[in-house]
Amino acid sequence: MKKDIIISGVGGQGIVSMAAIIGTAALESGLNLKQSEVHGMSQRGGDVLSNLRYSDKPIASDLIPEGKADMIISIEPLEALRHLPRLSMEGWIITNTIPFNNIENYPDIDGIISEVRKIPNHILVDADTIAKDLNARRSTNVIILGAASEHLGFELAVLENAIIKLFEKKGSKVIDQNITAFYKGRELAHS
Amino acid sequence: MEKHLLMGDEAIAQAAIDAGISGVYAYPGTPSTEITEYIQKSEEAKEKNIRSSWATNEKTAMEGALGMSYAGKRSMVCMKHVGLNVAADAFVNSAITGANGGLVVVVADDPSMHSSQNEQDSRFFGKFAMIPVLEPHHQQEAYDMVHYAFDLSEVLKTPVLLRITTRLAHSRAGVAPRLITREQNELRLPEKLTQFVLLPSIARENYKTLIHNQEHFKKAALESGYNSYLKGNDKSLGIIATGIAYNYLQENYPNQEIPYPVLKIGQYPVPNEMLQEIYDECDELIVFEEGYPLIEEALRGSLNIGKNIKGRMDGTLAFDGELNPVKVGKALGFPEPEKRPLPDIVVPRPPALCAGCPHIDSYKAINEVIAKHYSKGRVFADIGCYTLGALPPYSAINTCVDMGASITMAKGAADAGLVPAIAVIGDSTFTHSGITGLIDAVNDGSNVTVFILDNDTTAMTGGQNSAAVGNRLEDIVRGVGVAEEHIRVIRPLKKFHEENIQVIEEELNYPGVSVIIPRRECIVVLDQRMRRKFKDKTQ
Ligand SMILES: Cc1ncc(C[n+]2csc(CCOP(=O)(O)OP(=O)(O)O)c2C)c(N)n1
Ligand code: SF4
Repeated sequence: MKKDIIISGVGGQGIVSMAAIIGTAALESGLNLKQSEVHGMSQRGGDVLSNLRYSDKPIASDLIPEGKADMIISIEPLEALRHLPRLSMEGWIITNTIPFNNIENYPDIDGIISEVRKIPNHILVDADTIAKDLNARRSTNVIILGAASEHLGFELAVLENAIIKLFEKKGSKVIDQNITAFYKGRELAHS
Repeated sequence: MEKHLLMGDEAIAQAAIDAGISGVYAYPGTPSTEITEYIQKSEEAKEKNIRSSWATNEKTAMEGALGMSYAGKRSMVCMKHVGLNVAADAFVNSAITGANGGLVVVVADDPSMHSSQNEQDSRFFGKFAMIPVLEPHHQQEAYDMVHYAFDLSEVLKTPVLLRITTRLAHSRAGVAPRLITREQNELRLPEKLTQFVLLPSIARENYKTLIHNQEHFKKAALESGYNSYLKGNDKSLGIIATGIAYNYLQENYPNQEIPYPVLKIGQYPVPNEMLQEIYDECDELIVFEEGYPLIEEALRGSLNIGKNIKGRMDGTLAFDGELNPVKVGKALGFPEPEKRPLPDIVVPRPPALCAGCPHIDSYKAINEVIAKHYSKGRVFADIGCYTLGALPPYSAINTCVDMGASITMAKGAADAGLVPAIAVIGDSTFTHSGITGLIDAVNDGSNVTVFILDNDTTAMTGGQNSAAVGNRLEDIVRGVGVAEEHIRVIRPLKKFHEENIQVIEEELNYPGVSVIIPRRECIVVLDQRMRRKFKDKTQ
């Protein structure tokens, strides 16, 4: 098994946590892992990118080559498109539909979504609204993770454990919220 | 053995703890910052009493580490590549003094300038200082090399440079730490108490030793295993790959052997016989180096009359920018993978000052005063979050060169007749290397107004403690001779805008050195502080 995943979004949206959950799942499954972060500067609101690679064979490069990513998972639709040249022709793009609009010339959102729809393998989720409904505003990232979960190559229990591990210190309420968010995202990917 | 998921930076930090350092000395700088932060947060390091607080700049860090080495203990010093320019005097001379306790200098280069002013290659600095250089290609190797570097440093009595780049520094992989770790050294002065006295008569002797040691350094590079020759049947091409470039090479041959002979380099100076072997055996060579063409240039020479050497110098690879698997693949003749173009609709999301940032209020006031009374083009700025004031909507600054250059460049421009000249510098940058420039301005009575933006932190690199903030800044400014009545502290807030404008007008009117200190905490740091407070309360 080998997966090359680009995770993208805007600073503060929980990219690092999402990468940590998938990374933990990979390690617990005994796979090799490389995870490279490109965190911009410390200001808020810049674009953030993580290259996540796991495989049962040794992994050479920390960077995913262009045209080779199996998946782009994005918490922000414009950021999902930013890394499109990295995606393989058969790859999946799984993204939140709600923009993080902190620039003056933010493009027309319908235009962005229709670009995403041009990729045959796409999953679009309005994670912000679901997070609001679930009263778990900080779980947008986990909802997106749920939507992507079927393509990650892990047993559900492994992912669930990884979520529990990440939020362990924050108590059972936060864990439950995130597990619910995860399954909601997974369910929506099918609808 | 249990593996831990560690960033390259963290692997280096853990290795240094395990190798028995007594102190780490550093000034923050992306992508090196996390090394020191890891040690600062480590319980183990606390128990072992490893000193780790931030230094004022890279030169003081380098000298602190050298002093610890003099006293016989192991020390590590960490910085980003441009930091080595600041530390260069101490660094180059430390090669002449040599080390006593193990001394390892970690420098993180930033090819492609993800967060830097240039992409200088520190291996050249190592060559210039004539000391051994190590360049790991993955996180485990980084961990192992730190142990090796301390051994090498103590056996050959030399500082050792460990050179990493952004990708390794900020990428995580499984690392197996050693089970048996080392105790710290006892206090033990150098055998010869004049070893560190670089009077010409002594320095000449030491330098001869350093020259003589080059053979030992090469021998070490031959025997350590970090340089290796991998045989290949197809001798039409020989490949030399250094550091992380080797990963990109491997990436192009998934699950298969590379058909060509490969010389993998992780330690310098590179023994001649290794280069000779691959040169003799192959029809032509291609060199993959993450950085400037160090080996390539050496092989090709000025005359370029030998075999064909491909790399960054003949255009096979772009001269600038970091390598990646596709660039390396293309240079080897592989077709580029099929990919989709970037849709036209995608616009950049450039970094910008956070909403509510104190620097915004400072720039609004400065811009307004300049627009009212003076012409544009007189604001000399520095490096930090406030450099983002160069971008619209502020377009407030005209220079950003190197840390500390704001005050001195404003002074030079004022000397040339551009008056009033304005300098803008952050608190951490001021203590890093602004103070000396301010003394120059005071001594000359230059017509400059210096804004020291005191946001209580080193924000740009993630909010590390700053060497002097608050009243201490006023004390320093007063101490170097700025007149009391021209040291003005303001609150960069909208509600004080008019008041602030007036202060700025007054000081720009004054034909000597004035210092204005806009003081308000960085909101990201404020936010973190509040969250911690909340957490402490709820626990
Ligand atoms: C010689 C050198 N060392 C380190 C850095 C990395 N660096 C860039 S800005 C900065 C500090 C900025 O702090 P401060 O001046 O307080 O401004 P702030 O970001 O807080 O606004 C550092 C450490 C650098 N660019 N050059
Ligand atoms: S991190 Fe702090 S100093 Fe930097 S832009 Fe944001 S508020 Fe301003």
